[in-house]
Amino acid sequence: MNISNTSASSSPGFAIVGVAESDLGKVPDKTAVELQAQAARRALLDAGLTLQEVDGVFAHTDDRFPSLQLSEYLGIRPRYTDSTNVGGMSNLLHIRHAMAAIAAGMCEVALITYGSTQLSDGSRKLTALVEDPRSPRGQFVVPHGHLSPIGYYAMVAQLHMQRYGTTSADLAEIAVAARRWAALNPMAYRREPLSIEDVLQSPLVAEPLRQRDCCLVTDGGGALVVTSAARATSLKKRPVLVRGIAERFSHHYTPFDLDDWLDTDVAATAEQAFRMADVTRKDIDVIQIYDHFTIGVMQSLEELGFCARGESKDFVRNGRLGPGGAFPINTSGGGLSYGHPGMFGIFLVIEAVRQLRGECGERQLPDPKLALCHAPGLVFSANTTMILGV
Amino acid sequence: MGIAQRPLPQPTGSTKAFWEATRQDRLLVQKCNACSTLQFYPRLFCRTCLSEDTGWMESSGLGVIYTFTINHRAANEHMKEHVPYAVAVVTLDEGVKMMGAMVPGHLASIRIGARVKVVFEKVSDELSLPRFELLEAS
Repeated sequence: MNISNTSASSSPGFAIVGVAESDLGKVPDKTAVELQAQAARRALLDAGLTLQEVDGVFAHTDDRFPSLQLSEYLGIRPRYTDSTNVGGMSNLLHIRHAMAAIAAGMCEVALITYGSTQLSDGSRKLTALVEDPRSPRGQFVVPHGHLSPIGYYAMVAQLHMQRYGTTSADLAEIAVAARRWAALNPMAYRREPLSIEDVLQSPLVAEPLRQRDCCLVTDGGGALVVTSAARATSLKKRPVLVRGIAERFSHHYTPFDLDDWLDTDVAATAEQAFRMADVTRKDIDVIQIYDHFTIGVMQSLEELGFCARGESKDFVRNGRLGPGGAFPINTSGGGLSYGHPGMFGIFLVIEAVRQLRGECGERQLPDPKLALCHAPGLVFSANTTMILGV
Repeated sequence: MGIAQRPLPQPTGSTKAFWEATRQDRLLVQKCNACSTLQFYPRLFCRTCLSEDTGWMESSGLGVIYTFTINHRAANEHMKEHVPYAVAVVTLDEGVKMMGAMVPGHLASIRIGARVKVVFEKVSDELSLPRFELLEAS
């Protein structure tokens, strides 16, 4: 098997066969490992697989040695593991690494997890992580009082506003659309109505971004099960095939080499993913874009090529991204309203898979066949675009 | 003064000269002696030609604001008394980008593309931090 060619017409390919969240929101009585284990149990039941069949573990937390922590908790002895951490997109990277490992015969059933108690931890200890004062970030960013990541995305928003005339009300459209989707999702953390005016009245954090331009802080975890398309045909649910996936990586928290902060590597990942899937933007029915900050969605819509550079402000107006809108995205309610336990990548995939399976109840899109997920890592430091199909 | 609550840089071998210069109100940009490429921040070797023979060029300290934000929440205990404060990424006239806090005041005049000059804030006996000041408003 060759992971560079997984289109339905050629090689057998790879499939996501199980997805689940753990408990979400405020979960003070569970650890990050327990949230991963809980999500893993649910994802395996969703797939119709047992723990004993898992032979690859791809775990991601803020702690050290996450794949060993999880394997011990689950009582399994996988023959392949990977805990690569490139920020919020890490679990999408794990999907690609799982495909490579399966293709190479190094594992067959890959369990991919994430878990965090960011909300409960935050309420227990208020001190943030101390950056090594010898690191590039510690010498050339932190001493200036820069808030990160929000400060960097605020700087991106300033660029977008200056270059294209985008307004705070345009940014607020993203948050309002997310909240309207969350109202249709029983799992979402914030479901009460939110208006453009509410967003504009929320406190400034890093200009021009306000509190409601920012993702939530919650506890929670998620799990995916990935295997070969051949194995997937004998499992419980309709397999969701990985049709295209591509990544690029550049910096850590010090993006001084990047010429234009509105021209990151998103476009390169999109081009490669579309080419691999052999489909076009018009073919995509479901779109899940990492919404850590409202401006991030506008930046991604443009760089993914769903609208022209500078046109996202018009593209998102009048509720076009929300329920009933012409361009529905982030149907779970996203990081802005469904939940955001530190890293959101896995939840983009969970929602895309559920949409393709037709499991989304009130928020279900009509008969979707193809989904696109896009996620960055850290501060436009890494990017991935993935296309899924049924 | 709350030094303990203020995160300060800890120079390494490759950045020592940079931080020693800021104490003398001079801004240095690392320059490769082999291929003349500039890089910021200073590194062990030139990323363009891999030469370890690197030196310094003295920056004019002038540049333009590439982008900025105004923080309404403090990033650390020390900055709490300074909220709101601006942090900018500046493209120096020499061509490299770097970050610095803007000097207090004139928040409404801060614009992308505004001309700035570097100034230095003495934060301890050993360290001065580069900051930026608007040229028009100063």
